[in-house]
Formats: sequence, structure tokens, C-alpha cells
Amino acid sequence: MGRYIIRRLIQAVPILLIVSLISFGIMQLVPGDPAIVIGGPNASPAELDAIRQNLGLDKPFHIQLGIFYWNLFHGDLGRSLLLGKPVLEAVIERTPVTVSISIYSLILTIFFGLLAGVVAALRHNTWVDQFVTTFALIGVSLPNFWLGLVMIVLFSVHLGWLPTSGYIPISESVVGWFRTTTMPATALALLQIGLLARITRSTMLETLRQDYIRTARAKGLPEWRVIAKHAMANVMIPVVTVIGIILSVLISGSVVIESVFSVPGIGSLLGNAILRRDYPMIQGGLLFVAASLMLLNIAVDLLYAYFDPRVRYDVGN
Amino acid sequence: MSATSVADGDVALERPRRTPFWRTSNFRRLIRHKSFMIGLVLFSFVMILAIFAPWIAPSDPNRTAIRLRFRAPDWDWVLLLGTDNLGRNILSRVVFGAQLSLAIGFGVVVMNAVFGVLLGAVAGYFRKLDGPLMRLADALMAFPAILLAIGIAAALGPSAWTAVIALSVVYVPRTARIVRASVLVVREMEFVQAARAAGAGHWRIISKHVMPNCMAPLIVQLSFIFAYAVLSEAVLSFLGLGAPPSLPSWGIMINEGRTYIREATWLTVVPGCTIAITVLGLNLMGDGLRDVLDPRLKIEQG
Repeated sequence: MGRYIIRRLIQAVPILLIVSLISFGIMQLVPGDPAIVIGGPNASPAELDAIRQNLGLDKPFHIQLGIFYWNLFHGDLGRSLLLGKPVLEAVIERTPVTVSISIYSLILTIFFGLLAGVVAALRHNTWVDQFVTTFALIGVSLPNFWLGLVMIVLFSVHLGWLPTSGYIPISESVVGWFRTTTMPATALALLQIGLLARITRSTMLETLRQDYIRTARAKGLPEWRVIAKHAMANVMIPVVTVIGIILSVLISGSVVIESVFSVPGIGSLLGNAILRRDYPMIQGGLLFVAASLMLLNIAVDLLYAYFDPRVRYDVGN
Repeated sequence: MSATSVADGDVALERPRRTPFWRTSNFRRLIRHKSFMIGLVLFSFVMILAIFAPWIAPSDPNRTAIRLRFRAPDWDWVLLLGTDNLGRNILSRVVFGAQLSLAIGFGVVVMNAVFGVLLGAVAGYFRKLDGPLMRLADALMAFPAILLAIGIAAALGPSAWTAVIALSVVYVPRTARIVRASVLVVREMEFVQAARAAGAGHWRIISKHVMPNCMAPLIVQLSFIFAYAVLSEAVLSFLGLGAPPSLPSWGIMINEGRTYIREATWLTVVPGCTIAITVLGLNLMGDGLRDVLDPRLKIEQG
């Protein structure tokens, strides 16, 4: 296990390097002079010079790259032009919001995705199965930000059940937190529920055809135990594999969803930075999210290897 | 897709005549595949909207008519889908939006078909290039898809090309991986060795012998990429990163409509539905193609 952890961490280094290079490259990709893009067409030459100096754009490329990595190693992701404070500070302030919504969304995804997939497989080729497969397919095809808007119209404007936007921290009011996060979390989860239900359904169908399931039934186990204990153990393997992917899709999807529901998380921070051309914020924010997702995926992989020893050996050989 | 003729070195062998695709068994299975056909109908509907946009649209998609603003959808060709906050005709904007959306999706598919295939074939065929190319692909894939697209698009500034480039950077590594996987299998097959023994060069082997036998997973992948591209383009333009506001993009329409979502629901509902129809159609077609061409492939797209 120790060797597996080390190998997995070493594998992450080149990826992290490229991820940081991409984030550095964002400013370099800006067509023309980034200072003009940031300052706007009416900025005076003195203002433009100030922007260039502030962002180090007046220095040659390799020096900029050097400064970028030097700062990075010292935990400095740059300074937001818009907020006038360090990017890292701004991002960390908002992390609890995004993380709490993502976890809520993940729980919804796993619960309903598994449930729908298992039920569809057990009622294979009936209307229940048809319903779940159709619903899953539609869920995969809907833009989630649009779904969020439709939910606002339905549940806030027409029915008046939930507030249209905003966020109440769980520390202030648990009910308030549920009222403000349920719609964003559901909008985020729906697509993933569809994906997970499809995977669960096909794995379950395959598992139910295995000999050991027939053995379990033959020895007289009640059906629910065959499903809950014997079949589910194998169904969970692909599910655990995709949880890392699901979580990263949920967190990256929050960039859009948080803007829709005006939730003050990392997503809306980035959304605003994009609209206002706050490049340091975009660079630092993306790098922060990508790097945390990578660490998260490593953690999921390690858990996975811990529960399923075959993985450790597979990667080793 | 069908097995390629044995050797085509310099010896002139009589080539077996190719069966036209509409007489192959795959084609027959496709037209009998229910969800593929439903998908085809949905997608063709959007295609027809896009192709005949200038004739379907009652007016110029950008023509404003303040006196006619916020007209609700009505049983009348001109007002079928209503008008927006500037009195622009939603039906016109939706059909021209279909043009834009499909053009961007198609652009991404072409980029994937060219660069994904090229990189995948090179990585799978030439062992030495495999490691570096795939590490690069891994790194690009480690970045969550939509975040990478947002980052690139934020840098390049809003334009239709930005969307194509950003989404291609996201999906080309994924396509390359799939192509590489099938090239790795095919290159070990006997007919490839035979071609090599007959003195065929690398590029000839790749293009004439290896690639034709790697088409099935590629076609399936490209149909799903088309769906993702349409969906992601909507996200990008919703965030103001895709097409510029002067173009009638579905994502921009949703973004503009959300301000008036209480009074004029149709401004956001209509473009959302067209996105859903397009993506659903493509997903259904992709499912059908996968069932017919490549039954072993399972859903494991991130």
C-alpha cells in the first residue's frame, strides 16, 4: 500500500506541472495586449503601464514564467484585480460554500443514481426500466444551468417554495441552508444521476447473470439478501471508480450553477472574474480548483486501492 | 469497417468490390434500432431548421422592434415562439442559433477526426511516441473538461472559433486515447504483418490497413463528442465566452432571457428545449451506433 501511495503521488507531479503551465498560459493566450483587454479601450498609456507592471507583463517571457512558479511555490496565486486581495484568500473564503453544495449534490447523485439503476435492473424490460432509462437519457441531455432556471420558475416563482437565489451558511441555519442549496444541488446532480443510473443498471444486469448469484439463490437465501449483499458488492466497484469523476464534474459544474443561483461560492467568483476580465483571479482560481480536484481524485484512488487490493497489483505490474 | 483486402502492394490483385453502406448488415441493424431512429429524427429536425434557417425565419434574427417586445408565443407563424425584450423574433433567433450551434459542434467533430485520429494513430503505432503523447493527454484530461474550456475561452476572448478551439483542446485527447486503444490491437493483427512483409511503408499501413479497422469506436466517440460540444458551447456562450452577443446563440439567448424569467418564461424555455432536442438526438444516435458497431463499449465517459 505504501508503495502504491508513493507511485500515485509521483504520477501526479508531471500532471500538476502541465496543469499549472496551462493556467500560466491563459494570460499568454490573450490575443494582443492583455493590458488593453483588462484596462479597456479608454485607458490612458500611464494606466496601461501600471497594469503591465502590476502583472509583470513588461518582463520577458521566461522571467514571467520564473516569477509565476516562484510565487506558486510560496503559495501565492496572484492578486485579484477586482477584489484587491490575494486570489488564494478569496478562493479559500468561498470554499466551504462550494464544497458543501458539492457534497450535498454527491449524496443526491449516489442515492438516486444507485436506486434508479438497481430498480431498473431488477425490473428489467418493464415500464419501470423504460422510465428510468428514458429519464436517465434526458437527464444527460439537458444543460444544467437551464434546468436551474426552469427550477427557479417552477419552485420559486410559481409555487413559492424556495428562495430564487442566495445562500445561508449551515452554521447560521440548517433549514435555511437546505432551502438555499436544494435547487443548485439538484440541478447539478440530475445529469450525474442519469449517468450513474445507466452504469449501475448495466453492471447490475451483468452481475445478476453470474453463477455465484444463482448459487446464492439456490442455497435458499431470500432475494433481498442476494441483491443487497451479494450482487451489490460487485455493483459498487464501478460505482466507486466513477465517484471521483462525478465529484470533479459536480465541482466544475458549479462555476455555472452558482452564477445561476447567485450562490457566493468559488464558481460565481470565477464567473464574475471571467466577465470582468480579472485574469489573475481566473488563472489562480482555475489552478486552485484543478489542483484540489487532482488531490481529491488521488484520495479516491487510494481508498479504492485500499478496498480492492487487485487495483494495487494491476498498477504495479 | 469491412475487412480490408489482403495485400495491396505492387502486385495488382483484383480488389473485391465494396458493398455500398446501405446494403451492409450494420446499416440494416441501425435502421431497425429504435432509439437510433428516434435520435435520427430529432437530429434531422434540428438539421433542417439550421439548413433552411433563412427560409424558416420570419425576420432577421437581430432586427429589433421595441413596439413588439415581450409578445408571448401564439398560433401564428411570425409569433410562433414570441419575441424577446428587444422585440427580436425568437423563432428566427432559434433557427439561426441552430446553424451556429451545429456549425460549432461540427467544427469540434472535424478537429477531433483530424487531430484525435492523427495523434491516436501515431501514439498507438509508434511505440516511442506513445509514452510522451499519452502523458500529455492524461494531463489535459486531468483538468475537468468544462474548466479547461472556460480557461482557454476566457483567454482567447469570445468568438465562434474560440468555442471550437477550446472544446477541441478538451476532447481531442479523449478521442486520441480511444483511437490509440484500437490501433494497439489492430497493429498486432496478421494482415498488418502481411502488409509490412509485402514492403508497405508506415503511413500506408496506418492509413490503408490499420485505420479502416479502427473506425467503429471512433464513429461512436465522435457522435457523443458532437453532443458534448453542443452542450458545452451553450455553457460557454451562457457565461459570455462562446459566440459574441451579435450572434444568436442558444446559450446567449438563455442568459439574456433569465433577467425576464418571471414575466417572459419562453425567452429561456425555448432555447433550452432546442438544446435538449439536439443533444438528446445525438445521444440516442450515439447509443444506437454503439450497440450496432461496437457492442463491447460501455458508458464510461466523464
